[in-house]
Order: sequence, then C-alpha cells, then structure tokens
Amino acid sequence: MEFSELIRTGQAQAELLRGPEMPPLRGTLCVTGHHLLLSPGPQATPDLWLLLLRSVDSIEKRVAGDAGTITLRCKDLRVLQLDIEGVEATLDIARSIEALSSLESVITSFPFFYRPKGLRLGESWHFHPPERYYKRVARETRAWRLSEANEDFSLCPSYPRAVIVPRTVDDDALARSARFRQGGRFPVLSYYHAPSGTVLLRSSQPLTGPQKRRCAEDEELLQAVLAGARPGARGFIVDTRSAQAAKQARMTGGGTEAKSAYPGWKRLHRPLEREGACILVHGAEGTDSTLLVTSLAQLILDPLSRTMAGFQELIEREWIQAGHPFQLRCAHSAFSHTRPKHEAPIFLLFLDCVWQLGRQFPLSLEFGEGMLLALFDHSYASPFGTFLCNSEKERCLCEVRTRTHSLWSGLNQPKEQRKLRNPLYAPNPLAIWPSVEPQSLRLWQGLFLRWTHPPEPSEVAWEKVWQIATDQEKTEGSQPTDSASEPQP
Amino acid sequence: MEHIRTTKVEQVKLLDRFSTSNKSLTGTLYLTATHLLFIDSHQKETWILHHHIALVEKLALTTSGCPLVIQCKNFRIVHFIVPRERDCHDIYNSLLQLSKQAKYEDLYAFSYNPKQNDSERLRGWQLVDLTEEYKRMGLPNSNWQLSDANRDYKICETYPRELYVPRIASKPIIVGSSKFRSKGRFPVLSYYHQNKEAAICRCSQPLSGFSARCLEDEHLLQAISKANPANRYMYVMDTRPRHRMQSWWATQKDIGRIILNAMANRAAGKGYENEDNYSNIRFQFVGIENIHVMRSSLQKLLEVSGSRGLSVSDFYSGLEGAGWLRHIKAVTDAAIFLAKVLIEKDWISFGHKYSDRCGHLDGDPKEVSPVFTQFLECVWHLTEQFPQAFEFNEAFLLQIHEHIHSCQFGNFIGNCQKEREELKLKEKTYSLWPFLLHDQKKYFNPLYSSTSQKLAVLEPNTVSFNFKFWRNMYHQFDRTLHPRQSVFNIIMNMNEQNKQLQKDVKDLESQIKQHKNKQTDGVLTKELLNSVRPESPALKTSLCLKEQTLLPVKDALRTVEGSSPADNRYSEYADEFSKAEPAVVSSEYGVARMTC
Repeated sequence: MEFSELIRTGQAQAELLRGPEMPPLRGTLCVTGHHLLLSPGPQATPDLWLLLLRSVDSIEKRVAGDAGTITLRCKDLRVLQLDIEGVEATLDIARSIEALSSLESVITSFPFFYRPKGLRLGESWHFHPPERYYKRVARETRAWRLSEANEDFSLCPSYPRAVIVPRTVDDDALARSARFRQGGRFPVLSYYHAPSGTVLLRSSQPLTGPQKRRCAEDEELLQAVLAGARPGARGFIVDTRSAQAAKQARMTGGGTEAKSAYPGWKRLHRPLEREGACILVHGAEGTDSTLLVTSLAQLILDPLSRTMAGFQELIEREWIQAGHPFQLRCAHSAFSHTRPKHEAPIFLLFLDCVWQLGRQFPLSLEFGEGMLLALFDHSYASPFGTFLCNSEKERCLCEVRTRTHSLWSGLNQPKEQRKLRNPLYAPNPLAIWPSVEPQSLRLWQGLFLRWTHPPEPSEVAWEKVWQIATDQEKTEGSQPTDSASEPQP
Repeated sequence: MEHIRTTKVEQVKLLDRFSTSNKSLTGTLYLTATHLLFIDSHQKETWILHHHIALVEKLALTTSGCPLVIQCKNFRIVHFIVPRERDCHDIYNSLLQLSKQAKYEDLYAFSYNPKQNDSERLRGWQLVDLTEEYKRMGLPNSNWQLSDANRDYKICETYPRELYVPRIASKPIIVGSSKFRSKGRFPVLSYYHQNKEAAICRCSQPLSGFSARCLEDEHLLQAISKANPANRYMYVMDTRPRHRMQSWWATQKDIGRIILNAMANRAAGKGYENEDNYSNIRFQFVGIENIHVMRSSLQKLLEVSGSRGLSVSDFYSGLEGAGWLRHIKAVTDAAIFLAKVLIEKDWISFGHKYSDRCGHLDGDPKEVSPVFTQFLECVWHLTEQFPQAFEFNEAFLLQIHEHIHSCQFGNFIGNCQKEREELKLKEKTYSLWPFLLHDQKKYFNPLYSSTSQKLAVLEPNTVSFNFKFWRNMYHQFDRTLHPRQSVFNIIMNMNEQNKQLQKDVKDLESQIKQHKNKQTDGVLTKELLNSVRPESPALKTSLCLKEQTLLPVKDALRTVEGSSPADNRYSEYADEFSKAEPAVVSSEYGVARMTC
C-alpha cells in the first residue's frame, strides 16, 4: 500500500483555529503520509504547525459557498477547526485525513519512519528488561526464579519472554497452570514487598467453568507462594470483579478459585485493610483492572517506583510487558463515533489515580503532571514505538525494538526534564496512603480542561516554583566554588 | 466558675470520624474556664475554645460509655466517649452554659491577657487606621470630603463616625436621605479608585414603597454621580435576586445595597428606586440570596461533608443540593461586576483589609450568618485561580476565620462602631492584627509576585468548574482527608534558605574583594587568607542552617503518613514548620556579626 493512494490532494489555503486563547494561523495546508502540516507562508515565521494524523479521533466536515470547514477532535481532547478555501479541497483533505488517521497496520505507522536527531535506534529498549527487576527480587529472597518457559510465547501470548515464578515450581507445572487460566496468564510475581516478605501476584481468572474444574499444578503454584513467604503466611485472592460478576463468569468458562482447593488463601471482592499477607490479584482477563490495581499498589508502597526511572520501569513492566493491549484500548478516545468494544481508557484511569496521589503527596513523586500528560498523549498517538502493539509477542513480530525509537529515550533527554519533573521532589521512604474520601478527590483540570481552559496563572506560578527550586540548587552548589576560586598567592 | 462541676475526666475516648477502622485515642478531658482540653496518651493536646462551640449533643448510652458530640463554629466536630454517664452529663451541662455568654463582658476577649502593656495594646489597635486607608485611596479630594454628620451616631447607629460623602452634598440632604433608607444607612463611599476617579458607595434599601420619592435621596445620588465626573452613568446594583423584590419589606435585613459607578455595563431592570426619578442611573440585580438562605445552605453543606462513608455521587449531589458553591459564584460574579478595576492585589494585604468589613459582621450569636465565611471563601477562590496575586496564604484566611468566632480579640465583637466604642473594646481587649503580623511568616504566600503587571487587576473566570469545595476550611480538623504534604511550607522554606544562601554568597564575595584589595596593597598574610576559608562566620551560618533547618524541616514535613493521630489541626503543620526556623534568627545574627 502506498500512502499516495490515500492522499487525495496536495495542498490548500487554510486558516486554523486552535481554541479561544490561541491566535489563528493562516497558511498552506498539506497532508502527508503521517502528518497534517500548516506552513504559514513566506511573510510569517518559518515555523511549521504539525499534527500527527494518528492523534485525530473524529473528523467533521461542512461546506458552504466556496469554502469548507473541517473540525478535528483529537485523542488528546484538543478540538481544532480548519477553514479551507475551495469545496473540492475541503472534501479531499477530509477524506485523506479520515483514511490516514485510521490505518490499522502497525509497521506503516509513524514510529517506523521517525528518525530524530540525537537519538540512536535500539537505545533504551533494554532499559527495563524483566531480568533487571528479577535481580532486585533475588537480592532479597531465594524463593523466586526467573523462568524463560514463555521464551517463544507459547505458554501465554500476552506475557513477556521471562517471568518471575516460585523457585519450587518447574516449567512443566507452569505450562499446566497456564492452560487452566484465561489467555494462559498463570500467576506470576508482580511485586516483592521486602519489609514484610510478602508478595503481590497477578494472573487471569481460572477456567473453572460450570463443572468447577480444578488444576493441581495451579493449586501447587499458589501453595508454593505461601511456603516461600514467612512460615504460616496467609494469602488473599483479590478479585477485581463483583462477587456477582465472578459467579456469572462461570457460565462462560471462567470463574474463581474454589475455597477448598486453595487452603491458606481467602477470596475477596472488596478492598483490604493493611495486613501482612500475600496477595493474588485477578479480574477476568487480567490485562486491565488487574494491572491498574497492582501498579498503583506498588506506587503506594515502593519508594523506588516513585522516582523518574522507577516509574518508567513500573509502566514498562506492569503495563507494556505485562500485556495491556494498548493498540486495542487506545485506538480511539472519547470523541470517536465508531466505538469497537475493545476501547477503554484504562491507562488514563491509572494516570488519573497517580495524579490524585501526586496531589496528596506533592513532594513524594519525582515526576510531575507533565510526565502524566506526556504518557497520556503518547499512549494514544506517538512518534515513538513504546506503546505500539498489544503484547511483547506482537512487538517481536513487528520488530518494534529494532525499527522504532523508545519513548523513554525521548523523554530522558535533558531538554525534556523541566517539563516532566517535580521540582519539589524529596525521596520519601514511607508508604504513601492516600485519602479516598470524595472530599479528597479532584477533577484533573490539567488534563480534562487543558485545551478549553488554559490555566495560565497557575503555569506562571509553577514556573516560579521551578525557579525557586533551581535557585536553591545553584546557590547551594556555587558556594564552595566561590571560596575555592579565590586566587592562591 | 460556678458552671463547672467536673474539671477532669480520665479514660475518655476521642473518635476519628473519618477513620474506616473506628480508630480512637484515649486520654484525659479537662474543663477550664475558657477551654475544653483533651490530652491523649501521646501527650498531644486538643484545645477547644468554649466560644467556638456551636452545638453540644449527648447521644444514647452505649456499651463503651456515653457519647458526647461537639460541633464547633470553625467546622471542627469532635466525638468523645466518656466512660461514666454522670461525668458526661456534668460536662454537657457545663458546656451548655459556658458556650453561650449572655453579656459581652463575659467574652474571652475581656479576660484574655497576652501580657502586653497598655502602649503595646494601643499600638495594636492603631495598626489599622481608617483615615490612613482613605488617604491611600487619595481622599479627601476635590469631589469627596469627610462628613461629620454622623459624629454622635445620630443619623445612623450602624455607621462609623467618619464617613466620606460628595463635597456638594449638604447636611440636610444627608439627613433627608438617611430618613428614607432602612436603618438610616444612606449612600456613603466605600471604595475610591484614584486612577479611574470611580467610586463604590453602599447603602441600605429605601424605606417606602414603590411609589414613594425622597427628593434629598435623589439629590444625594445626583451628587454622587457628579462626584465622578469621568463617568457618564452611575450604576445601582441590588444584591438581591429579583424574585425577592416582590416581598422586599418582608426581609428587612439584607446584605446591603451597593451603588456602583463607572461600570461600562448596560444593565437593565427596574429597582424600586424609580428609574425616572434618578437620571443617568442604571440598575442591576445580582441575585445574592439573603442571610437566611445562606445559613441553611451552609448547614446543608456541613451535613453532606460530615457524613461518613460518603460515596462520590452522594458527595456531589449533596454539594449541588446545598447550593453553597452557587452562592459563592453569585457573590464572585457580583464582585467582578463591581471590580474589574477594583480588587487590587494589595487591597487585602496585611492590616489593610477588614477594618471596613467589620461592619458586615454579625457578632450577635442569634443573627449568625456565614456572610463573612463566604467572603473568605471568595477570596480563597481568587487565590486558587491566581496563585501569585495575594501576599497571604490559605492559613491566613483560616486563622482569621478562627478568630471571628473565638472572641479572643476585640476586633470582631460588637455590631457597629458605636457599640464597639460603648464596650470600650480598645481599652479592655486586644487587637488581632499585631498577633497575625507577629506570625506573618506563617501567612506569607511564597509565590507572591508584587511586580507582575498582569496581576494588577484580576479577571477571575467564574465558569462553574472553577468553584471547588474548600476542603481545608470545612475539614480543617479532619486530618485524614488532607494532602499529606504541604507544598506551601516547603516552598516557603526554600525561599528562606535561598535568601540566606544568597546573603552568604554576597558576604563572601565582599570578603574576597576586601582581601584582594589588601593583597594588592601587599599586606596579605596567611592568617588573613585563612579567615576566608570555611571558618568564616558567614559560611558557618549557612552550614548550620543546612543542618538545623533543612533536615528537621524536611523530616517534620515529610514523615507525614495517613496513620497519624485522629486529630491534628491543619495550622499545626505551620506550627511544626515554624518551630524549625532558627535560620532567620541565626542569619541575622550572622549578618550582624559580619557587618560590625
């Protein structure tokens, strides 16, 4: 397929309206394979206005007289209006945008063509491999091992090649357990809580079905988890569904762990007060609400995951490699007219929760709102390959790692830091328990009202906070050098 | 004190009303002449001023004891469980008596003694000077003058002695107008904008029916109009909603009527000042409800926020039902109509602000209305929208709110200047402002920018989603609901440190310069050089500053966790913080040593 087949017209004269606070732009509009360009013409600045076509969520066209108007609603919730000269041009451009913004092929998407200066291909892709997290766990306990049973993705197509499992459970048992769980997602380690010696596991629902089937290896696997923790340790199975929904799932082949088959484990459908126990989390497929819960729990408990690098690692490990189907969930956003049932703002839900956490603990997260906004934008449309595809298996098939740039290498460039970091960060070794009373939760204005309601005074204030924080670093740093720079006689 | 039967009860439990696991603290309850004091087993003290108590309730006996619920005017709600019913009954009865004082002289302010001498006390009262305030506005001038008409409170009891009126308005006109207006509150100047030569005046509603006229009143409004030569129209703004106009005589007391000049807003509508009789005057209704509506709205709001195990939808539908934020929006909208040029950033800066606002306050407990709380909340919403425009921070607003009800200082006692003079407040009580000034560091907004031109005139956006629930006011004492770390405190601290470090750098640079000069003079010795080394006093201060302030402050602020004791006042954050602030003292010391 050639992009040129989809591009109906080369260019047209147009005016772009970007919202109440921004001045309109006039110039030549141009559609390319991946972008919409507006070039302001020779008299104005040579700056191009650029929009990734992938970020267009819905498109609306109107023609009147010899001009037309295209309204673009973007996945980042921005609304743009293009006033275009010429009816034909308007219709052609609209059709081109429609066709190009909904291309499904991964390997023709922009990340496969994006070659920014200063970044090398293949960089940062091995920044957060599962092996790295395993090393952290292995430092603390000998009860776990890194298994490569899923090397060829045959056990579980949505798991990465390597997963962390109880040391005493062999790969054959894992394969059996995988067959007993939906999508092959057998229980694996998500987080090891060193202070209490307990673990957080995740999986998908067991395929008990109406006959209440059992699987010896699956039961042994969970037994081994308890045996590997403290003696006498207990476990909780947190089902993210309601008890009712879990029961209904049995009719379609799913279900829940039977109490009698898993001694030592107790099933729950509600949140849990603090207790030193092991926890297995699953919903139905184990790729959505399960990941939401496990990753948030880690942010609350683990000081490392609240650093810039740790947070990236958490997203890489608990979302991308854990098989959250980004391609399906983020194909469209709130404005789309056609909504396949696979789309859902699960990742946005996670980001909003993190934002609420950041508001309640403004000094404890190394990253700021800018980081969360960037992740939201990139998960829906990005020049980087990090959020492409639905699983590691698909990413391997598409050679994402060798043919696209990693978002992390893009974000970790020094010039991006001021946007992404929290100037007030100070490491907090404690768990951060947020308040979940309705009085404590707020609308995330920075995201939901980002384009309609620019928070200008607060941005200026934030700039001032940065200035105060960097001033401090500067003066603190400059002092010894000042006295040291005294010329010696 | 004849009301106190039991002064001390042991083994009392204090419940945390928002804890999910029914956490409680056990301790001892003490009753003093002015306060109720609870000391828990960690020696943490909870003080409740009797004047703050709005409602005491004794609930049905339970197995663990007798529950006693105390609701305070500063939105604190405490839930005690007293082991023996008789103790509970005694405390209940004592609190009922102690929290309701019949006479002004029984108020805490008249017994409060902060160990100041008389001249200090007097200086405190002189901190806020109305004449100075008018001078700041550029008054008197060729159009406005000070009138002595109300010198003996003969014309209007509830107005102060000093009033500014148009120069051309004679005394008979003023007297005539005052007879036409409710409670004699004839139109007087409230705010004057020097650059625009525009004035805000205020008055009460006219007393007669729709048909009546008062020539003097019409003359006075004409005079006001003429006193604003730069503006063609004068606007009369009625703060009530239109539907209340039909029965205006039923509600004799209102928030006030504001006559506004200089607004380029073409307002339609007919007030009962018959428009035909007042030329060049335009009328505007802004729809602020009366104090009774406001009071029940706040009650509903507190019912909602006080419920335990609230779901998100309960909270938001309750918030909507209470209508409180709607009233806040109406007031702010009105203020914007008034303002545009008006609300200058320093209008409400230290010591300048409430002097004339005191008149708005109903000190009488039976007439309590949340008008002032509302004013504070409107200011808070402005600070939220314009984080750099106000010199003070949220803690300042909360502290003022605290003392409106505390009756600890004389400022908010009495209903008008006349009454306050009769009470001899200035001789018998202390003023709040010097105490706030003394602690001003706590109340400074570290992001305040006095230079930003953009912030000279605030243009608040009153779209609905800008109005938020003020958690720090209505849940000030429910610590579990708050953000666990305070950005303000940490920025304030950083600012202090920056200043100190910059000072150090400057001092060192000047030392280096001195030594260089000496070096060229050829008198440099080894000892002199040594003195610039780290042993120099300036460096020492900054080093000790790092150790003393940085570490403990960060610890104090950052080791906050959700599992903290049930009751911890928001402002105590600031206390903890300010304690760890020897930086300033030591820096001054260091500098003093440097310069002498």
